[in-house]
Amino acid sequence: MTRHEKSTTFSRRSLLRAGGALVVSIGAPITLDTARAAGDAIAASVKPPLMPDQLSSYIAVNADGTISAFFGKMDMGQGLFVAVGQIVAEELDVPFKSVKVFMGDTASSVNQGGASGSTGLQQGGKQMRVAAAEARRVLVEMAADKLGIPADELTVTDGIVHAKSDATKSVSYADLIGGRYFNVQLDWNKKYGNPLYAPGKAQPKDPKEHKIVGQPIRREDIAPKVFAQENFCTDIKVPGMVHARMIRPTVAGAVPVKVDEASIKDIPTATVVWDKGFLGVVADREWDAIKASQQLNVEWSAAAPPFPSQAALYDHIRSASPRKREVEPKEAGNVDDAFKTAARVIEAEYEWPFQSHSSMGPACSLVEIKDGHVTCWSGTQKSHFVRAGIAAILNMPEDNVHVIWTPGPGSYGRNDADDAAMDAAVLAKAVGKPVRLQYMRNQGTGWDPKGPASIHKARVALDAQGNVIAYDFLSKGFSRVDVDTNGSKPYDTLAGQTLGVDLKSGDGFGVPAESYAFANKRTAWETIAPLLDRASPLRSSHLRDPVGPQIHFASESFMDEVAAALNMDAIAFRLRYIKDARDAAVIKAAAEKAGWQTRPSPHKGQTGDKVSGRGIAYAQRNGTRVAMIAEVDVDRRNGKIHVRKFTVAHDCGQIINPDGIRMTVEGNIVQGVSRTLWEEVKFSQKNVTSVDWMTYPILDITETPEEIDVVLINHPEIAPSGAGEPSSRPVAAAIANAIFDATGVRIRRVPFSPDHVKAALS
Amino acid sequence: MDQRFTLKVNGKNRTVEADPDTPLLYVLRNDIGLNNPHFGCGLAQCGACTVHFNGQPIRSCVTPVSAVGDGKILTLAGLGTPEKPHPLQKAYIEEEVPQCGYCINGWIMTAAAFLRDKKKPTDAEIRSALEGLKCRCGTHVAILRAVKRAAAMMG
Repeated sequence: MTRHEKSTTFSRRSLLRAGGALVVSIGAPITLDTARAAGDAIAASVKPPLMPDQLSSYIAVNADGTISAFFGKMDMGQGLFVAVGQIVAEELDVPFKSVKVFMGDTASSVNQGGASGSTGLQQGGKQMRVAAAEARRVLVEMAADKLGIPADELTVTDGIVHAKSDATKSVSYADLIGGRYFNVQLDWNKKYGNPLYAPGKAQPKDPKEHKIVGQPIRREDIAPKVFAQENFCTDIKVPGMVHARMIRPTVAGAVPVKVDEASIKDIPTATVVWDKGFLGVVADREWDAIKASQQLNVEWSAAAPPFPSQAALYDHIRSASPRKREVEPKEAGNVDDAFKTAARVIEAEYEWPFQSHSSMGPACSLVEIKDGHVTCWSGTQKSHFVRAGIAAILNMPEDNVHVIWTPGPGSYGRNDADDAAMDAAVLAKAVGKPVRLQYMRNQGTGWDPKGPASIHKARVALDAQGNVIAYDFLSKGFSRVDVDTNGSKPYDTLAGQTLGVDLKSGDGFGVPAESYAFANKRTAWETIAPLLDRASPLRSSHLRDPVGPQIHFASESFMDEVAAALNMDAIAFRLRYIKDARDAAVIKAAAEKAGWQTRPSPHKGQTGDKVSGRGIAYAQRNGTRVAMIAEVDVDRRNGKIHVRKFTVAHDCGQIINPDGIRMTVEGNIVQGVSRTLWEEVKFSQKNVTSVDWMTYPILDITETPEEIDVVLINHPEIAPSGAGEPSSRPVAAAIANAIFDATGVRIRRVPFSPDHVKAALS
Repeated sequence: MDQRFTLKVNGKNRTVEADPDTPLLYVLRNDIGLNNPHFGCGLAQCGACTVHFNGQPIRSCVTPVSAVGDGKILTLAGLGTPEKPHPLQKAYIEEEVPQCGYCINGWIMTAAAFLRDKKKPTDAEIRSALEGLKCRCGTHVAILRAVKRAAAMMG
């Protein structure tokens, strides 16, 4: 079996059996004490409960000595499972190839938070590391008993515990526990999700001893994908399954008042599922379900158009009363007083539109309800939370719901996957058959939760010598958690909202993550109410690096504006105020690799229609530091921007797999360029009008940068932080700064589409 | 009304009964059991459903099954196998291109037809041949590396 990430066809028990005979328990479950008394320490034939405080919830040694690692997060395509396998293999002293990582199945993993905030290694990997270290400690102790040699005189090579002085005195992991379960308690912090942490007594290895961690081990999930042997969640089928499509209103907020079932009676097996605002159709065949969804006559309530005109969006944000305000961290000094003493004030305002996840395929989920038990296949980022959501909406105990994470058609945050799982659950209950629901493209783009639109006001106070004496930065926009980051609560999903549950919109935004040491400094955010409170196609939530690109587009563009106003080089200005040594190091590394020439912007003396520029931006993100330099060409005649090259310096502490980071950074840059140059959710007063790839264009391969040069800075002594998102956030500012360098014109609104840029240049 | 169609898919005759308007995509996926072409848009805008029809890439999501006739359909699964991979499949593995991987039918099937007809293409020619295909994970630079690697293998 080469597909490490899959667990749909192998239950944990069958897997343990697959490697050899499962030792059958005799009588009552073996307790720790009795096992020890029997000289068979810490191995149980009956699986301990799947709880975070059990070692068996993370690690199992199969009968053939291979290792199964059960991971409560999942890989969204960046190869996370390889890195987790490396960590587990490293701590256990087994070959990398003998570790299989099973991800995101609620029946075999505990809730480690799912794919979330680039914490796959930072928090998920940290837990797998201590669990694997504890497993090794326990196995060595068992070997000490068996061999009659003290544990500190033993070592492990490739899963064989042996005396340091005599390798022939040995016993394998397989012989010690293979096919049985660890029965070892961990010291769990009683938290679920990302902060879950449950170490044992063992200390993980000193990074100096690492042999597997840090290596560019390749992904084994590529071959099944290119040979079409991979099952996506869209591909799962079960006997008796029917196909479904959902029907959304043409005016957001409208609900069906009359549904004419006769209008689809010519379509074989097509049936309507209608409850309040929830409206879907099912049919035995997929094309019939699609036809029925298009053909069904529905009379909708006369909802008032809920949105402002697109042109009025930023004015709406400016004038709306804040629902919540936060200053983060605490204000340094006294900003307002400092501004009163300013010799000069520089200020600017930036705007960022709603953006859509627009995953490659619209979300899909299959739900089967049988004998009071629910099985859901979903590409969700958070299967354990979806389990809770399905249990809530179907009014069933969570224990009766099993969510099997199966790779979906792309995911970059809280996309439409959780909505699809919940809709499919409601449909499956209504029709009494397994239901496979896939949204249509116009729903995948038009009705996914959106990255929030926002405005950002920045100002600095300068003294007479041009020193920055105060900095004030305020973001104001829609909440990043109007609907929460997972589907655990029906009120955060379209199914719950269309079925009329009580609403609970959350508030959250963020502040720039950097280390500019200004004596007086205030970074703050304000959130405003959603434009439509229920079942809105503009409800907002997490889109890759939630609100990071927005905030840092503004904050890092603004730093450039200040540098230019002072006639200073953009890097020299930053380094003058940055206090964090790792921040300074990534900036210097990017500058050196890109061959940055110290001079102020703009780059004067360029003539002709095509001009070129370079721009720098940097940011932190939960411990990771990233700096990047964009090199762009601007065509003054038509406003077209071509991003020729990105140079990225990336420091996320210890590198587990350099190739994995490099590919992840490349994806972030291309997606970031796309969001910067093209992406804007368009809407009318009635509804979202970005409904496909024509109306929501993304970067084309003809526009792709020629080169993305990635410099990785390794700090083995610093625990790994994330790489999944940090390199998303400075992209827009680096491009904006490069455009300014090329043209002397500052673009303060995303996207930098040709018409926007041309208008700005003229 | 359903009609009976015999399709030539990956070198085999496959008989199905379907509404003539049914897009080939659903017939391949649900009636023939070939999951590799994916539903991405249903609008011929993204390429996730791409298959070859008599050697040329087409978007199966907008091709009615009744329009296929006795034309030869080739899907990603028929392009190569682990034992006998197409150079593009080999290059995709060597360059570790896919992230989510949902888009790859479009890129590989389109590039396969292009590289068959165009030896030693330039970077600009490759980009132009792949214009319009979508990849939401942003693997574009890896795709270009892989297509160039495959082009080198194909001489």
